Amino acid sequence: MGLPPYASTGERIWYYAFRGICIAIFFFLLAPILIMIPLSFNAQPFFTFTREMLTLQPEGFSLRWYRDFLGSASWLRSIQNSFIIGAAATVLATTLGTLAALGLSRAQMPFKGLIMGILISPIIVPLIISAAGMFFFFSSVNLAQTYIGVILAHTALGVPFVVITVTATLVGFDESLTRAAASLGASPTRTFFKITMPLILPGVISGALFAFITSFDEIVIVLFVAGVEQRTIPREMWSGIREQISPTILAVATILVLLSIALLTTVELLRRRSERIRGLSPG
Amino acid sequence: MKQRTLKLIGAGGAVSLLALSAAHADDPVSLTIVSWGGAYTQSQIRAYHEPWMELNPHVTIINDDGSANALAGLRAQAQAGNVTWDLVDMLPSDAQLACDEGIIMPIDHDAVLAAAPDGTPPTEDFLPGSLGECFIPQIVYSTVLAFRPDAFPDDNQPTSIADLFDVENFPGRRALQDRPGTNLEWALYADGVDPDDIYDVLSTPEGVDRAFAKLDTIKDHIVFWTEGAQAPQLLADGEVVMATGYNGRMFDAIEVEGMAADIIWDGQVVEWDGWVVPADGPNIDAVMEYLYFATDTQRLADQASFISYGPARASSAELVGEHADLGIDMNEHMPTAPENYFAPIVLDNDFWVDYGDELRERFANWMLQ
Amino acid sequence: MAQADAGVAPLSMGRPRKEKLVTADGMPLKRALQRAERRRKLAAFLLVAPLLAFLLTVFIFPIGQMMWRSVDNPQVVNALPRTLEALRGWDGQELPEEPVFAALHADFMADADRPRREQAIGPLGIRLNYEVSAARGAISRTARNVASFEAPYREAFLDEHRLWGDPNLWRIIQREGRPLTMSYYVAALDREFDEDGRIVQRDENRRIYVNLFGRTLALSVGITLLCFLLGFPIAYWMSVLPMRYANLLMICVLLPFWTSLLVRTTAWIVLLQQQGVINTLLVQLGIIADENRLSMIYNMTGTIIAMTHILLPFMVLPLYSVMRTIPPSYMRAAKSLGATPFTAFRRVYFPQTLPGIGAGAVLVFIISIGYYITPALVGGQSGRMISNEIARHMQQSLNWGLAAALGTMLLVGVLILYWAYNRLVGADSLKFN
Repeated sequence: MGLPPYASTGERIWYYAFRGICIAIFFFLLAPILIMIPLSFNAQPFFTFTREMLTLQPEGFSLRWYRDFLGSASWLRSIQNSFIIGAAATVLATTLGTLAALGLSRAQMPFKGLIMGILISPIIVPLIISAAGMFFFFSSVNLAQTYIGVILAHTALGVPFVVITVTATLVGFDESLTRAAASLGASPTRTFFKITMPLILPGVISGALFAFITSFDEIVIVLFVAGVEQRTIPREMWSGIREQISPTILAVATILVLLSIALLTTVELLRRRSERIRGLSPG
Repeated sequence: MKQRTLKLIGAGGAVSLLALSAAHADDPVSLTIVSWGGAYTQSQIRAYHEPWMELNPHVTIINDDGSANALAGLRAQAQAGNVTWDLVDMLPSDAQLACDEGIIMPIDHDAVLAAAPDGTPPTEDFLPGSLGECFIPQIVYSTVLAFRPDAFPDDNQPTSIADLFDVENFPGRRALQDRPGTNLEWALYADGVDPDDIYDVLSTPEGVDRAFAKLDTIKDHIVFWTEGAQAPQLLADGEVVMATGYNGRMFDAIEVEGMAADIIWDGQVVEWDGWVVPADGPNIDAVMEYLYFATDTQRLADQASFISYGPARASSAELVGEHADLGIDMNEHMPTAPENYFAPIVLDNDFWVDYGDELRERFANWMLQ
Repeated sequence: MAQADAGVAPLSMGRPRKEKLVTADGMPLKRALQRAERRRKLAAFLLVAPLLAFLLTVFIFPIGQMMWRSVDNPQVVNALPRTLEALRGWDGQELPEEPVFAALHADFMADADRPRREQAIGPLGIRLNYEVSAARGAISRTARNVASFEAPYREAFLDEHRLWGDPNLWRIIQREGRPLTMSYYVAALDREFDEDGRIVQRDENRRIYVNLFGRTLALSVGITLLCFLLGFPIAYWMSVLPMRYANLLMICVLLPFWTSLLVRTTAWIVLLQQQGVINTLLVQLGIIADENRLSMIYNMTGTIIAMTHILLPFMVLPLYSVMRTIPPSYMRAAKSLGATPFTAFRRVYFPQTLPGIGAGAVLVFIISIGYYITPALVGGQSGRMISNEIARHMQQSLNWGLAAALGTMLLVGVLILYWAYNRLVGADSLKFN
């Protein structure tokens, strides 16, 4: 939207004012996240920039909060837990979700609307209600305060994302490809792995990433269902914030921001690849 | 195993014997002990857990800081028939509820706890009124008022609970806990009710109205806190000029962290805190051995060298010495020290068990207005 | 939708054609096609079945079970079967007669004989204390001494605790002596039963939940509005920029979206607290005095700022995807026909963005109405929402029936909203990348 040379003064003012407003909003979106990164290298236990930091003197900066983080048994255990629970929940959610998405996108699927509603309900129902329900249920079947309990709960929360992303990929899926494979004598399994899977793979992977980040970031269910041995990173952060905020939390936050940048990049690349592949296929 | 435990209890306080028994026990045991976290759990680790694990290498202790929601956890575990907690640190009012529900074990104190070194049985050695049907007290703690001296001129420093309610002479924001307990008692105390009559007054609708009317006078100056650590944090950050809080947390912030604040002992609200044993826990025998050790006279006195809470046994009082790291005399920081115990309000748990539901609703409504 | 598609699909598939060839063995073509159709349906269903079964077990069933707790009322029935029998026909006015107290005594005695974990008197006291203060104390004290009671029992009970002489307690026992109750919902609506069993409003100083629902709604509307005001300009800007720049800006929207919720909440604590970045900056710039630092956190302001930041991407993404599809030529056409830029925007452009606004607004609103973590961490008292109250009853006051009633009301509200959302834009439009 360039400014045409014949624009009036009013239009000029509006044009620049509008851009100014937009930039301010983007600042609001990004600044809080980015500001934690330099603060996490603060040598002092404060949440403000010290004079040394502002004048860029090396003694104003230190890695002490990162050392604190990596030297703490409970933080390290929480990292391990987050990855174990996240990975297991992702595998389960991706498998179940992809199968379901394949079924759902078949034209013959009965009760499609109702089933779709049930499958995506975990992201509609407020987390506190899911957590309350699971707290009672898992307690009654001996799964409260176990890894399996937390993994199953996180699988349920991650499934809708896999169903949605894979279904979206399958919308552009050309059925004639599988028919061609079948007519050339491939078994359904072979057809799936050789034809269907490569085409829907970007959707599956981005669904899996969504499922992973959902588990990785989840706290309400963990608060209610997990015991002390299953504490994840967000659960440790919750304790840290409620007890006493030290800059160690900023070090953790910085690492998590870098992780989310990596994940975001992966998803973005996948999306482009998916569009490219689909662009090649007819229809 | 059980027999051995009983025999040892008969032997009475012989730690070395217990250690011997541990040497014979083959199976490694892992005990999950639920407590309040922070400096308080640290004091238990150093005074009880570490010495016990040293004597009993086969025992590992896992610390869970779930005490704030302990009753919910106990109830859920009991309903599931899957009790994973071995020992829980909780308040006597919650312990009484859990005891009524049958989800924690009744305790025969004289049979399972160590006698005092001079042979006084536990029921006489523990401070009067502290034992519960299912409850083994560990400490006396109190909720106190603390303030920042730098927020007021030198010739006009707050000294009493009445000053908490005096925003004219002592301006600034105050931090109070977000529940009715302690706050209502103090409102009446500041309004001139004698500490001994507070619960009689509070049992009447007029008394409740009177307490809320007093709280209304400072309503616009209150910041509410939820977790024990927040109160000293709010003071240290300068968010408030006065804060109510647990005396141990305040001690820790002032003496260990160097926060500039003073404690007002006037009207301190005194309460017990202690252990309960979940019914059908996974390692009852191992827990009872641990408890015998961890609640004896010396151990309770030891805990006081890590945090400023008073031991619940009379016989421990004379053993209280210096802070383990700071070397300061802990006696003067105990809520029960004579110079601090001049106007205490003893929290009435029966009252709060009976009227708590109703008063919590009214307090929540009051906070929302 | 399913039926419409199913009608055409079989003809275009591979298998039926093969069976068309073998109709010679007696199978009419129509039946063969129907059977193939059924098989396909089954195959499709079997693919969905594992996930469906999984979710029904670990998600739908637990929520149903939780909702059941809001009406489940076993305590009085379990503890006082004889008393309830004796109370039948009591008019609810005068204090019950001796036979009722004799039955009460028998119930207490029977309970003492049960194994400890099956005793029903303890839970009874806790249950009745929700309805009348001091009931728990009266019952546990009575339970301790009841073995020494002697007839006439009425006097014995009245001597033990004054509450046994209160007809109100007996009305409550009679009313709650049924396996199902409405009283948690009555309480959740700030109401109670009066002496004649009518539902009336509670004393003003004990009303909480209706206010809190109101505040939750108001906060959610406010946050949705803020998200719209902030999201609309940047979505518009991105939609008119060349793709390359738009993608770059899109990353700026997605980065917060992908960043951990707790990290974002922490960020706002760091920024907004009294010794935080913003206050310190303002003091250093001399805009505010050191002793007048602003209270921007642990109150409603904190909740609004942090939640707006967290939910803004949910508004921008659907808005942007709708705006991208609006051809710029429409605006140019409107202007060339003499409309002022504002009129062209209002009459031509804005109406076309309505589906995006609707989708974004409902999404933000649904999420914020059930929000728990951020209000709990930065909301203080004035920023609390209904979820925080549900969590409190779950974990601290342990009134699980009331928590379930509040939760059920919240859930029904959200489901109605979601249904509206579905009608408006269709669930399929829920996309995340």
